[in-house]
Amino acid sequence: MSDKILMKGNEALAEAAIRAGCRCFFGYPITPQTQLPEYMAKKMPKIGGTFLQSESEIAAINMVLGASAAGVRAMTSSSSPGISLKAEGISYLAGSDLPAVIVNIQRGGPGLGGIQPSQADYWQATRGLAHGDFRVLSLAPAGIQEAVDLMGTAFDLADKYRMPVMILGDGIIGQMMEPVRLPDPVTELPEKPWAAKGTRGARKHNILNSLYIQPEELERVVRERYERYAEVEKNEVRVETWLAEDADIIVTAYGSTARICRNAIRAARADGIKVGMVRPITLWPFPSAAYAEAAAHAKGFLDVEMSMGQMIDDVRLAIGCSRPVRFFGRTGGVVPTPAEIRAEIDALCKEVL
Amino acid sequence: MPKVTVNEERCRGCELCTTACPKHIIALSKRLNAAGYHPAEVAEQDKCLGCAMCAMMCPHVAITVEK
Amino acid sequence: MSVVFKKPDALCDVTMHYCPGCTHGIVHRLVAEVIDELGICGKTVGVAPVGCAVFAYNYFECDMIEAAHGRAPAVATGVKRANPANVVFTYQGDGDLAAIGTAETVHAATRGENITVIFINNTIYGMTSGQMAPTSLPGQVTTTSPYGRDPKLAGYPIRVCEMLATLSGTAYCERVSVDCVKNVIQAKKAIKKAFENQIAGKGFSLVEVLSTCPSNWGLTPIEALERLRRDMIPYYPLGVYCDRDAFAEVEAK
Repeated sequence: MSDKILMKGNEALAEAAIRAGCRCFFGYPITPQTQLPEYMAKKMPKIGGTFLQSESEIAAINMVLGASAAGVRAMTSSSSPGISLKAEGISYLAGSDLPAVIVNIQRGGPGLGGIQPSQADYWQATRGLAHGDFRVLSLAPAGIQEAVDLMGTAFDLADKYRMPVMILGDGIIGQMMEPVRLPDPVTELPEKPWAAKGTRGARKHNILNSLYIQPEELERVVRERYERYAEVEKNEVRVETWLAEDADIIVTAYGSTARICRNAIRAARADGIKVGMVRPITLWPFPSAAYAEAAAHAKGFLDVEMSMGQMIDDVRLAIGCSRPVRFFGRTGGVVPTPAEIRAEIDALCKEVL
Repeated sequence: MPKVTVNEERCRGCELCTTACPKHIIALSKRLNAAGYHPAEVAEQDKCLGCAMCAMMCPHVAITVEK
Repeated sequence: MSVVFKKPDALCDVTMHYCPGCTHGIVHRLVAEVIDELGICGKTVGVAPVGCAVFAYNYFECDMIEAAHGRAPAVATGVKRANPANVVFTYQGDGDLAAIGTAETVHAATRGENITVIFINNTIYGMTSGQMAPTSLPGQVTTTSPYGRDPKLAGYPIRVCEMLATLSGTAYCERVSVDCVKNVIQAKKAIKKAFENQIAGKGFSLVEVLSTCPSNWGLTPIEALERLRRDMIPYYPLGVYCDRDAFAEVEAK
């Protein structure tokens, strides 16, 4: 563990990845994540790793696939429009049971959208990433320290379950500076007997492939993969609940939006309103149980996002629509203020209390 | 005497071997293999030079040549 | 008696799925023979394409990765950068390499990516049953150029070797053919050189192999070889387009 140092989110994510054993980074410049590849460009050559600026996001994710297939911890990072381009490769990673870490520092969309912080890629990260039956494990840090900590987790989980893991940040997480304590570099990495790094004449060839011509065989492979996903859902849910035990009102948000909500909740508590928070850290698997628990006593939920409302679908599903779920969102790169959220808490109180 | 062996089940009866043989002694047989193709065969083995040109043109790597 | 010709060890002992007379099998065999002769099967990683050669991962005894359509050079780049001691090759068709994967091909070449690319040019999309390829000849009838490829509508074919030879990162590119024994022998020499270049660290090496697709050309296998000679070789001249150490100048400095 290092002493606390002040780091920008994008750079802290890069350093954390290197400390987690990442030795291959492939990426393409896009705002607001460019400091991440820039940091990798400086650092990787010094430690015998690979930094390569690819010709496209598509090439970058396929280079990640190659390096991952070769048994090395590999990652890429981008921002929303770039993640859309990586979608194809992420589907192939999933279909080939290959680990990889993908960072999305979200910006406004659709299309070229904007370059300011956004959370409009929630659906993409949790369900609509690309073609086929598959899942991506999605982690949403709400601060730089958490981003650093989750980077190691992301590589470990990717290897453990042989699946792509996404760190879903946003322009705030990427750009802001905070003091962080960096973890010690990992010294031991898991064995990967499935990797394509040469048979050395000692075993049958390994094949990393996502093609199954026989439908029954493809169904079997997908079902086996879903058994692994079931293990992920059982073991890897991460969530923070805060002041929720006695709460009448539950504010829910993820990532940097949750930080803003915290201020609004404090203000409301000071005025005697029993407000708490449920903050998903894993977006998939979604921490549904934490919501169901809160719904046992809470009278209403306020879902806050930097989007037109995407996570709200999962919130409603988690509580079986048993309580009203009010939505407040700003989009296009506009960041909600504590005062706006406070006003929404008051409005929800009028509705349900 | 050189010997050409055709793996009849692997042969697809494409006749590319027949274009390569300098002695014109390899041709399709009248038999059918399990996949429904007429496999190649060497009619007059004693004329074979063992040059392996037939094998070099075989896309299914069905031919072995001994000398 | 001794065996003068047999299946190379680096080729799996299976029946390949290719149509009768399709020359993919010849090129597979040549690649496998080169791997055997160089004694590199244990450290070779192959990257298969999307297209007729998609099942190539089942045909080589070395480790294999199946890439998305056109992305084989990017995947191979990842493998080679991760483990530079491996010998890494891609095996790609014309749609894969010269249409959907053009960017990956051109940039792997211009980076001087130290990999070997085997490029099968048969002027057609075989796996999807005969559509126009980026290499289809002017006037060529395919299911998506039913009146013949009209350059005014569908543009001109890409001459890959000529294009890649203009890039400083390309160490070696040669166009060969497998229409007759003499050319098959030359094709093998070229493939061997493309692997040796990688082992010597010379940069990007590509061998373009003019091949046939009897099924989708609507010709017998023998007629298909004739078409290759009559129509393809004049448009795609055989020969070496580039042969150098891509990094010799940089290293000299």
